[in-house]
Amino acid sequence: MVTLAPPPPASGIRSRGLPPGTRAPDLGLPATPDGRRITLADVKGSPVVLIFYPGDFTPVCTNELGLFNELMPVLGQFGAKVFGISCDSLWSHIAFAKELHIQIPLLSDFHPKGEVSRRYNVYREEDVGICERALYVIDGKGVIYWSYVSPIELNPGADGVIDALERLTGKQMEFPTFQPQQQRPQPEART
Amino acid sequence: MSRLRRNVDANDWAKGPADAPVTLLEYGDFECPFCGRAFWELKRLESAVGDRVRFVFRHFPLTQLHPHALLAAEAAEAAGAQGKFWEMHDVLFQNQQNLEAPALLTYAADLGLDMGRFTRDLQEHRSLPQIQRDFIEGVRSGVNGTPTFFINGERHNGAYTAEALLAAIERRAGPDIEPMTGLPWEGDRVPRMGRPQSHM
Repeated sequence: MVTLAPPPPASGIRSRGLPPGTRAPDLGLPATPDGRRITLADVKGSPVVLIFYPGDFTPVCTNELGLFNELMPVLGQFGAKVFGISCDSLWSHIAFAKELHIQIPLLSDFHPKGEVSRRYNVYREEDVGICERALYVIDGKGVIYWSYVSPIELNPGADGVIDALERLTGKQMEFPTFQPQQQRPQPEART
Repeated sequence: MSRLRRNVDANDWAKGPADAPVTLLEYGDFECPFCGRAFWELKRLESAVGDRVRFVFRHFPLTQLHPHALLAAEAAEAAGAQGKFWEMHDVLFQNQQNLEAPALLTYAADLGLDMGRFTRDLQEHRSLPQIQRDFIEGVRSGVNGTPTFFINGERHNGAYTAEALLAAIERRAGPDIEPMTGLPWEGDRVPRMGRPQSHM
């Protein structure tokens, strides 16, 4: 049996993204589930969260997208529209979304390859031809409010995005509806 | 980013002395296969470090990915309400492929729990608020997937083999925490699993 070698490892940060205050470049990319093109004008008036990730089905991305997917109700509290973006084809995105039950629309920056990633200054041209692992929060007027580029091998988590949305909207994140709090017994003795 | 926002307190499931020099906290999901591997690594670590590390578990069920994770977390809480949290925690991780409701009832019965109370706790979702609170606090603390570990409140970004965790613990706590006996079962019985470092 022939085993394929894994792709060459990429690490660290090569492209630094765009700073807050920059007008957000347009998207114009086809999205899951139906291939409709998404532009920033479509979502004007709402905060937008962009999750640039290196690739469908890769281990860290799977964790990262799984986490944001789980948090869709929380991000919805801020009226935020959330999109994932990678240089994979739409068909790869569809398979990935199906496998992980991802409800976040995944935008395909496949052709011309990496064009939108370049506009956001998160394309890694020189080593692996994929985008950085980066997060953007864009305000309702289309201006970048917060951005973060993570070392590509590290899943950044969602706390930075939620903090930024709180500051942007002036709303505190609400906990999901709670039943009356139960008192727990004291921690058990070690056995 | 990535510091624990709520310190370990009486609302947490903890084992080991409260004044241990190191607290190793896991945000975990009972259906997550990576947490399942980490479970065995923690068993190895625990037998090597004895009482010098306090272990804490908080819930982080990824329900979209793992359809049984939430009910399993509730089962652990319901067992905890009867003083058997860690016992149920262990059983769940040892039976990750089998977390349907009837299986959970079998585990509860095997642990000698009051079944009326256990069933009622699950039906009324009594521990749901606590589980959701763990999850949301985890998100705010930079938990980025499962398992995520914090050592004395700081997120551990490396691998989670017993060796890697022990090395990280030693860096925090100094020589006080050298293992008593060395880590058991090196290499053979436990599947190697580290958080991938070099791939995307």
